[in-house]
Amino acid sequence: MIEQPTPSAATGAALVELRDVHYRVGSRALFNGVNITVQRGSITAVMGPSGTGKTTLLRLITGQIAPSSGTVTVFGRDVATLRRDDVFAMRKRMGMLFQNGALLTDLDVFENVAFPLREHTRLPEAVLRTLVLMKLQAVGLRGAATLMPQQLSGGMARRVALARAIVMDPEILIYDEPFVGLDPISMGVVARLIRSLNDALGITSIVVSHDVQEVGVIADQSFIVADGTVIASGTSEQLQSSTQPAVQQFLQGAADGPVPFHYPAADYRTDLAAAESAQ
Amino acid sequence: MISRLAASLSRIGAVALFLLQVLAACGPALLRPRLIVQQVYNTGARSLVIIMLCGLFVGMVLGLQGYDLLARFGSESALGVAATLGLLKELGPVVTALLFAGRAGTALTSEIGLMRATDQLTAMQMMAVDPLQRVIAPRFLGGIIAMPLLAAVFNIIGIYGAQLVGVSLMGVDQGTFWSQMQGAVALHDVNEGIVKSAAFGVICSLLAVYEGYNAEPTAAGVGLATTRTVVASSVMTLVVDYMLTAAFLKV
Repeated sequence: MIEQPTPSAATGAALVELRDVHYRVGSRALFNGVNITVQRGSITAVMGPSGTGKTTLLRLITGQIAPSSGTVTVFGRDVATLRRDDVFAMRKRMGMLFQNGALLTDLDVFENVAFPLREHTRLPEAVLRTLVLMKLQAVGLRGAATLMPQQLSGGMARRVALARAIVMDPEILIYDEPFVGLDPISMGVVARLIRSLNDALGITSIVVSHDVQEVGVIADQSFIVADGTVIASGTSEQLQSSTQPAVQQFLQGAADGPVPFHYPAADYRTDLAAAESAQ
Repeated sequence: MISRLAASLSRIGAVALFLLQVLAACGPALLRPRLIVQQVYNTGARSLVIIMLCGLFVGMVLGLQGYDLLARFGSESALGVAATLGLLKELGPVVTALLFAGRAGTALTSEIGLMRATDQLTAMQMMAVDPLQRVIAPRFLGGIIAMPLLAAVFNIIGIYGAQLVGVSLMGVDQGTFWSQMQGAVALHDVNEGIVKSAAFGVICSLLAVYEGYNAEPTAAGVGLATTRTVVASSVMTLVVDYMLTAAFLKV
């Protein structure tokens, strides 16, 4: 089920590497030369304000889209050159947690977690059941196995999705905004799960988020993406001591700064005067 | 005007390309008959009540109108033939297809559209599962299987409805009703209806899964896609119905 690590990964080199990645949607440049390196066994956070294309970054890594220029290397191979079958083989070694869980609504919790196993393996029912219950136990939801996705709270749905993401024993786990819309307790639970799964299963994790506090606690290294490029990287201590205004604004959550509070508009007074004269 | 023409032309092309993709995915999907059977239940069995109810009333109306028309020529005894041919060749397949588009087609589109909107289809792709094989192809095949069966049920109930009104209410002789029908309706009449409903099954199922799969991933997008399914399926059903009828009559 799990393929042998590729030579480059075994030597301790980067498991995921983005080198000078440019990505354009129409005429709009979303990325202008992004460089990100993810070390094997680490938790890497990719942070940044909304709308900076963090989710697009994940789609580049998982081979859903190809960069306009630059290379995305995963498991030592350039994703853009992979054929469809190779992309699917690569994805079997990855797990991904979607923002809202993306559980299949017509299957119960147990079958959702069993889904990848049923699709890709021919395990005897007893083995499959054991595997699924083990993963559900790991996220603390073995008791919810018979519930339907509609009956789950947001935090529970995300933990079920996490169990599903790890059921194939992936080498890389990707989290897309794992903390959005969760209450403080669920947030803490998910954060602890990310850390403990990473260490216990020897997984490499990539967390895309804008929850600075939560991510800062668990991440080994962070990259802050803004304006189409990485504006800062390092451990959370290194980031905290950064003197860049854009980094400080993001970390402290200041309303105004390099990212302006106001959407670009004509001069306020001229606008109001025009409204008055129109009456 | 020209741009709208170009847009609808490109949509037809997109549907045709999608059909090829779905057909390619049907091979692997056929190896998992359980998924298809489940969809026959979803689209077929769940549409059964509305199909039966409508079949009954369409048959009863045929009984009334047919009797009224035939009585003007003093040939009420041909009511069985008229109602049966009307149902088998036209009303059965067409009305079933319209009801199917409204009941099962919309359900398919909104289900698939919501799967798209909630990232379920992307999640499948990320789990190295092709949604065309796992989600689309079984629903497409299920719809194709269900439609002729539903049309058959519609016809049976419709004929009984016509008999109910014609014989019990209007007083046509029961023996005449059935024996005239038996004498006049040939196998090729039945086949014509089966071919039609199979064609409508392909059209309605294809458009339903196409619209769902390509729905914009928002609540508004899914609603819009559902509307488009009903409109496109209904129009295409009636257009193709004319073409098939002309072909069968060798006009």
